[in-house]
Amino acid sequence: MATYEADAGPIVITDPSERTAAKISRAVAKTPLHIFLAFVALLWLMPTLGLFFTSLLSPTDYISNGWWKIFSKPSLATWANYSNVWNTTDIPTSLRITAEIAIGGTLLPIIVAALAGYAFAWVEFPGRDWLFVLVIALLVVPLQMALIPVFHLYNTFHLYDTIFGLILFHTSFGLPFAIFLLRNFFIGIPKDILESARIDGASELRIFVRLILPLGLPAIASLAIFQFLWTWNDLLVALVMARNTTPITVDIFSQLRQFGSNIDIIAPASFLSMIIPLGVFFAFQRYFVQGLLAGSVK
Amino acid sequence: MEPPVVAAPPSGEPGVLRRNAVALGFLLPAAILLTVMVLYPTIYTIIRSFFGKDAHEGFLPSGQFAGIDNYKSLFTTNILVTAIKNSAIWILVAPALVTAIGLVFAVLTERIRWAVAFKAIVFMPMAISLFATGVIWHVMYIKDPSQGAVNAAIGAVKSWVSTPGALSSASPSTPALTGSPQSGYVLQKPVSAGSTTLLGLTAIPPTDVPSGAKQVATLQPKAGAITGVVWRDFKPGGGVIGKPEQGELGLPGVHVKLIDSSGKTVQRATTGDDGSFTFDKVGSGSFKPGIAASTFAAPFGGVSWLGSRLITPAVIIAYIWVWAGFAMVVIGAGLAAISREVLEAARTDGATEWQVFRRVTVPMLAPVLSVVFITMLINVLKVFDIVISIAPGSTQSDAAVIAVQMWRQSFGGVNDFGLGSAIAVFLFLLVIPVLLLNVRRFRREV
Repeated sequence: MATYEADAGPIVITDPSERTAAKISRAVAKTPLHIFLAFVALLWLMPTLGLFFTSLLSPTDYISNGWWKIFSKPSLATWANYSNVWNTTDIPTSLRITAEIAIGGTLLPIIVAALAGYAFAWVEFPGRDWLFVLVIALLVVPLQMALIPVFHLYNTFHLYDTIFGLILFHTSFGLPFAIFLLRNFFIGIPKDILESARIDGASELRIFVRLILPLGLPAIASLAIFQFLWTWNDLLVALVMARNTTPITVDIFSQLRQFGSNIDIIAPASFLSMIIPLGVFFAFQRYFVQGLLAGSVK
Repeated sequence: MEPPVVAAPPSGEPGVLRRNAVALGFLLPAAILLTVMVLYPTIYTIIRSFFGKDAHEGFLPSGQFAGIDNYKSLFTTNILVTAIKNSAIWILVAPALVTAIGLVFAVLTERIRWAVAFKAIVFMPMAISLFATGVIWHVMYIKDPSQGAVNAAIGAVKSWVSTPGALSSASPSTPALTGSPQSGYVLQKPVSAGSTTLLGLTAIPPTDVPSGAKQVATLQPKAGAITGVVWRDFKPGGGVIGKPEQGELGLPGVHVKLIDSSGKTVQRATTGDDGSFTFDKVGSGSFKPGIAASTFAAPFGGVSWLGSRLITPAVIIAYIWVWAGFAMVVIGAGLAAISREVLEAARTDGATEWQVFRRVTVPMLAPVLSVVFITMLINVLKVFDIVISIAPGSTQSDAAVIAVQMWRQSFGGVNDFGLGSAIAVFLFLLVIPVLLLNVRRFRREV
């Protein structure tokens, strides 16, 4: 190749063409990699698409065709299952309940954890490190440890089968991680800013509201997305702590016994339950990743 | 006039008191919630695990002290031992696979332009609930290859390698043909060149008759050749058995063979639309025509992913589908932090890509890899939703892990809170090493 370049003119190596040639040869060498990764991407996409296409098939078409028939016969697709689920089942109600639990279960722990995180980061008090160690210890306690006693507590205090009860449970078990994440973020806020505010006579609460919360917004955003997805997607807690006031996961779960015959309800309902988390995920992917990196120990 | 201001000492008594009060105010909501909802329950459950089925009064376990009975049943009851075994399989397989796959994806995506799109696709299942994931994979795993995509794919590959038989249920219509579906059927009486043979089959449902089948051919003997027909020896309303008649169909696509007197197959052929076949230039001697076993090979019926034997691997595959994206993203961030110069230096020194990966990349990523691995380890212990939503009722017990049985024994009909508590405590004991690890890591930082 070098001799060919030499023939081209007095300058021995013409930079751009050399680069182009190298680029092409590198691209060719990478073809198997591209094919492999494209295959993997397809493999990862397929299951979700499969459920979506299944949800578009009428019960009779589903029994005689695999969902992939939609590729060769798009006319099979119909929204009938969706309108059926929306108009004749409790799914819209349970979606609303899910949303209420998820919003409450996101806001409450953020407020409580931000207060505690600030204290752990910037207020000196005796036993601070020990208490924080305790929080870290609670980080990995399986929520199975609380199901039975909290079930009793909720029966005693009439919180069983209430949205507030579910919010409270998610808040409590979200707290250790939330405090851990926010304290670690708050501690990185420059000390000078806080000191000067204190010298100016600002109260701690004012500092918290006016300085810490705005500066901590990136961490709070990551936390919010986590907590939202976590509470939205919960099944276990709602299965134990609720009977009639149930989120969509529990609703679909009760349909699973008749998987074959109820697929025209299960598939669209499952897909409906995924839309909001997927939207949140794609809109705030960056914060989600940041949150993951900040505390992948839970 | 105000008195001259004396600056308050920065760490005087009232200052400390005030600061403690502030701290208390900020911590109080969290402290109350954590104490009531996490700490008290943890202690309660530990104590509760030594009591009987419904030994509860007020806020404490009481009556029915059971000693270690609950723990005994945990390790002796069949379904619970199965759950512990399944959890062991999960622990041994899932975290390692997730970490390895995440590492491979992270390294490979570094070299492509569309890494962002790839990462978004692989990462997406993280946003979906594990419960919905279970529904998704249940649909994927359906046994019937015409409905379950996994089995459809396997079936497609299989039929590409070896075509399924045209007539899986057929059997000979007369005793002249002997053999079995596994070995194929052979005409008992030998024939020689110039003769015709009739190979009749019955027990073929109308839906199994190959498309394109025509009226069975009328045979003409041919010099030097053995000719014959394979046909559906059945006519609605009767007919003569062993004789091709008007209204009976020839069977196309059937594999026929010719066996010589020594038992060796000397020729093969496939029947035409009217069921006819010809073995040309057969030479002298006697031969036995027959129908090859491949004709009767049963079509692929599907792997029973949701059956008792494969259910745990099947659920683990779905789990990997969810968490590989997490591993990829975290490891990818670690990879981005490795200095390019170190990698370039290794390459300049003549290391192959594999050596760079094995000797430089992986060792430098060790801390990140261990974080991912440990995170997955804890996560695997608590796995619940995905198991109960993929496994059908019939194999729930075969698929159950510790966390699933904790729920089933406590709330799923059995309602044994003593045993349920013992299972929860067992789960808790398994995560304690990680708890200690986290605490130690933090204390080193401070």
